[in-house]
Amino acid sequence: MTFTLDAAVAARGFDVSLSLAEGETVAVLGPNGAGKSTLLSIVAGLLRPDAGRAQVDGRILFELGPGLNAWTAPHRRGSALLAQEPLLFPHLTALENVAFGPRSAGAARAQARQTARHWLAEVDAADLAGRRPAELSGGQAQRVAVARALAADPELLLLDEPMAALDVHAAPLLRRLLKRVLAGRRAIIVTHDVLDAYMLADRVIVLEQGRITEDGPTRDVLQRPRSRFAAGLAGLNLVAGTVTGTGLRTAAGQEFAGRHEEPPVPGQSGVAAFPPSAVSVFLSEAHGSPRNSFPVTVTDLEPHGDQIRVRAGELSADVTPAASADLGLAPGVGVYFVVKAAAVSIYPA
Amino acid sequence: MTRHGYSGIPRWVLAIAAAAALFVLLPLAAMVARVNWPQFIPLLTSEASLTALGLSLRTAAASTVLCVLLGVPLALVLARGDFPGQRLLRSFVLLPLVLPPVVGGIALLYTFGRQGLLGRSLEVAGIQIAFSTTAVVLAQTFVALPFLVVSLEGALRSAGSRYEAVAATLGARPTTVLRRVTVPLVLPGLASGAVLSFARSLGEFGATLTFAGSLQGVTRTLPLEIYLQRETDADAAVALSLLLVAVAVIVVGLSYRGPAAAGRRAGSSAGSGQVRG
Repeated sequence: MTFTLDAAVAARGFDVSLSLAEGETVAVLGPNGAGKSTLLSIVAGLLRPDAGRAQVDGRILFELGPGLNAWTAPHRRGSALLAQEPLLFPHLTALENVAFGPRSAGAARAQARQTARHWLAEVDAADLAGRRPAELSGGQAQRVAVARALAADPELLLLDEPMAALDVHAAPLLRRLLKRVLAGRRAIIVTHDVLDAYMLADRVIVLEQGRITEDGPTRDVLQRPRSRFAAGLAGLNLVAGTVTGTGLRTAAGQEFAGRHEEPPVPGQSGVAAFPPSAVSVFLSEAHGSPRNSFPVTVTDLEPHGDQIRVRAGELSADVTPAASADLGLAPGVGVYFVVKAAAVSIYPA
Repeated sequence: MTRHGYSGIPRWVLAIAAAAALFVLLPLAAMVARVNWPQFIPLLTSEASLTALGLSLRTAAASTVLCVLLGVPLALVLARGDFPGQRLLRSFVLLPLVLPPVVGGIALLYTFGRQGLLGRSLEVAGIQIAFSTTAVVLAQTFVALPFLVVSLEGALRSAGSRYEAVAATLGARPTTVLRRVTVPLVLPGLASGAVLSFARSLGEFGATLTFAGSLQGVTRTLPLEIYLQRETDADAAVALSLLLVAVAVIVVGLSYRGPAAAGRRAGSSAGSGQVRG
């Protein structure tokens, strides 16, 4: 039993094809404006795509296109939406908010309240039942919103950056809570935070400019990113080029020696990935054991933990503050980035 | 001036503002000064006055109910709908706000009058509207409807549709969303709109006179009674005027407390929404 979606919105350059297995949680990552919220709106039925088809467990959500005009209204879709803001109905208590879904599904008042109490307890908010949303903290309100979404018994749970608006203390608590309640539940979670993807999702999709650029198990995508966005999330430098017998050649002719993750097929397009911590910075070209050394111009320096992250265009290196001072690093300075071949993984993209 | 903080209002603006306030208050004071206090109660409780007052309250209440019944769907469509000609429709709905009421009365006469557009068919069905109490209610509804629509549409727009979208994804049918989410959220706006409509209905004169006439006990509402009395018994006219002023003050007081209180509530929840959300 699956959920499948094909949808295109021409005005937003959005064209996505996606499927979820039973009980699978997928994290959708991507830069701002990539179409992540558009995706959720289409699934929830709040936005009508120009063309496409979606079904959940054999039930058609929409089927649009030339000669096709099937459309299931949002309230019949079974896809509860949890947004960045809790959006609890301000005139209802927490309990009545959570009972809203069951009541709308036709449950009797007492039955709906019982369901609501169950889900409030599930999110550790049983003691908040009688409070109005205005009397709840941000973290409490979002917990109640989670209970409200779950109480509607959705076939597909849609989460739109549920942690984004919470402070640093409330977010980890909610993340743990979501990990517990999302286990074995079919859900799509849009997030900016790679930690959400690691902790909550079985699979990661990277959405860029309305298209899916990566789709795979969370660990694979973050360990072997093929898109620059995913590499950025994973904190890796990523260089694209053509696979050679010993490494990778970029379009500019730069040779990268590295470790092939798979038996190399020379001529195939591939990427070289390496962490900034593996990059050393020198003022002159360095040679020796298999190393890659290439001239760059520093564009930015920024603190990164107790290190200084040296950015040079798309690449970055981590150095100690002392080393940074010794080298006299500043934007505009020409230096050499040096990385051992053993630290570079090369794989087909 | 006792409050701290920079207000940034030039002195000359204060002077003009004071003159403006006087311009509104002075005529009221002048009228109060003309009240024949010893005869005040008898003047108010004369049969003609009581009849007119009773008719005014009943018809204004009926118009307010009609305004709510017709205005809520209209405001919803204007605020939430998306269709060609929406702006044009809004302009036309608001037309009675700026139209001279007499013109509204004439328009109603040519719609519901004996020779009117619908009046002829209604006449065949044995229904006569013009120059009846029903005509008073229709005239008042015609002029008061925009007040409710404007007030409610504003409330709907500022409430936004995000709560409604969430309610729909939780499985609520559109009617359930309207009843359990939309209406409760805009209730303060609806209430102040209803109060304003009631006040406008109560003061309606031109359209009523043109479309409904001035028949004691049937169509002669308080403003018509005042106008009539002014020629024969100025004291009675002033006493009744003061009564209308009192009603207006109460109504304005109610509706101004309404939005302010509502604003505080909405503001606090919206504010918390921003802080937390």
